[in-house]
Amino acid sequence: MGRQIVVPFGPQHPVLPEPIHLDLVLEDEVVVEAVPSIGYIHRGLEKLVEKREYTDYIRIAERICGICSFTHSVNYAESVEKVMGLEVPARAHYIRTILMEYSRMHSHMLWLGLTADAMGFENLFMNSWRIREAILDDMEMATGGRVIQGLCTVGGIRKDVPDEMLGQMSDHLKEITPQMEELCKIFSHDTSVRHRMRGLGVLTKEEMWELGGVGPTARGSNLPLDARCTGYSAYDELGFKPVVEKEGDCLARCIVRARELMAAADLVHAAVKKMPDGPVDVGKIKGGPDGEAFFFTEQPRGEVLHYVKGNGSKYLVRHRVRTPTFANIPPLVKMLAGVDLADVPVVVLTIDPCIGCMER
Amino acid sequence: MANITKSPWIIHYDGSSCNGCDIEVLACLTPLYDIERFGIINTGNPKHADIFLITGGINYQNVDIVKNTYEQMVDPKVVVAVGICATSGGVFRECYNIMGGVNEVIPVDVYVPGCAVRPEAIIDGVVQALGILEEKRAQLEKEQGGAKK
Repeated sequence: MGRQIVVPFGPQHPVLPEPIHLDLVLEDEVVVEAVPSIGYIHRGLEKLVEKREYTDYIRIAERICGICSFTHSVNYAESVEKVMGLEVPARAHYIRTILMEYSRMHSHMLWLGLTADAMGFENLFMNSWRIREAILDDMEMATGGRVIQGLCTVGGIRKDVPDEMLGQMSDHLKEITPQMEELCKIFSHDTSVRHRMRGLGVLTKEEMWELGGVGPTARGSNLPLDARCTGYSAYDELGFKPVVEKEGDCLARCIVRARELMAAADLVHAAVKKMPDGPVDVGKIKGGPDGEAFFFTEQPRGEVLHYVKGNGSKYLVRHRVRTPTFANIPPLVKMLAGVDLADVPVVVLTIDPCIGCMER
Repeated sequence: MANITKSPWIIHYDGSSCNGCDIEVLACLTPLYDIERFGIINTGNPKHADIFLITGGINYQNVDIVKNTYEQMVDPKVVVAVGICATSGGVFRECYNIMGGVNEVIPVDVYVPGCAVRPEAIIDGVVQALGILEEKRAQLEKEQGGAKK
């Protein structure tokens, strides 16, 4: 048995776009234990509900995270709507669903690229991000923003997306689908990708369940947890099925995300086809939310839960968020035990850490 | 751009940003915007870097890391505050854990506002930073009376 040494990993580290710190306890080259410490991006934005009116606060809620921004704004809006009993028109729900799936595609492609980068596969990183730009172009066309959209408001959406534009988006998506398929094929079949990820950081279904993993991390271990199954927004009408893989290793988590790209594209086409007519918001909202509500949605990284509590005034009393990355930290710590130091970046990335969400 | 003779390397640190600006910084490196064509490379090592790109405001947990990274960089160096949060604290200015913009702890040379900032704006900021870097280099050479480049 070798001597134990502690290697600090992060917060400023080339593989991490965001700061998280791990103390890696090593025996020779093998990780024995990983001790995470967090808090480098804590802003304390939940407390801002006391300073912003609940209708304005959605701008802050959207900025919890710049990657899953749209899902956060929808989740906050849905929770406030639940408290106030607002019936949001179907068209707004459909447009929200389309944009949530777009943000899933852009997030997954971003993640696939970063993983390729962590493996040292630069060409694949560049290609994933090249295809991702086409998705961002469509989001920009529909909403005016590349990563922060600002489209969702309490009671609907700020501005309607015309049918012609939705058709254009759907057509454009069909054009880039072959490129996405090619990308999926590389991630599931390429020798160097398989060599780096097959059998690495394995968690069984039972372990994942006990540790409370969510999202693609859990689905990679054959655990079909997906908040979209609850049928919020328009998901109940679009025939949605979660994507799962059995192996529970890094490659399985990677393939889940690659396959979800295709599933997301299918959901967008289905939503555009079924798009109902009508208004996109409930009009002027009177009064403030009185009561409390939980609402959870499926982010690209897993389920996110928002809790809001109001007392009838324009300012909420409490807003609380539980994010998927926080839920996925215990599985990550378990995955890291027993891997080589050189594989740590890949394993850390397979939970798709989004520290901006986690620490808020 | 024509007067740029060296290949400046950048280092990126996420202060307390929401990620929006960070992914736009990364987008600058990828094929559509491709700042590598100017010889700009994203490095993880502060000692190798000439330009410090920092996104997000400063909070009480990361203030030492930002200072430490800045101090490790070799002169001449420039700091670019990317995004409105790095510029002034932005929408999070009133949060209890935010000290304010990057200029609260280290001197900033270029401010790039926007939420989230667009890649074109980041590239513009970096190009301005290159001009400042050249000036600082000339100043440093004058002070030290060192060899001409």
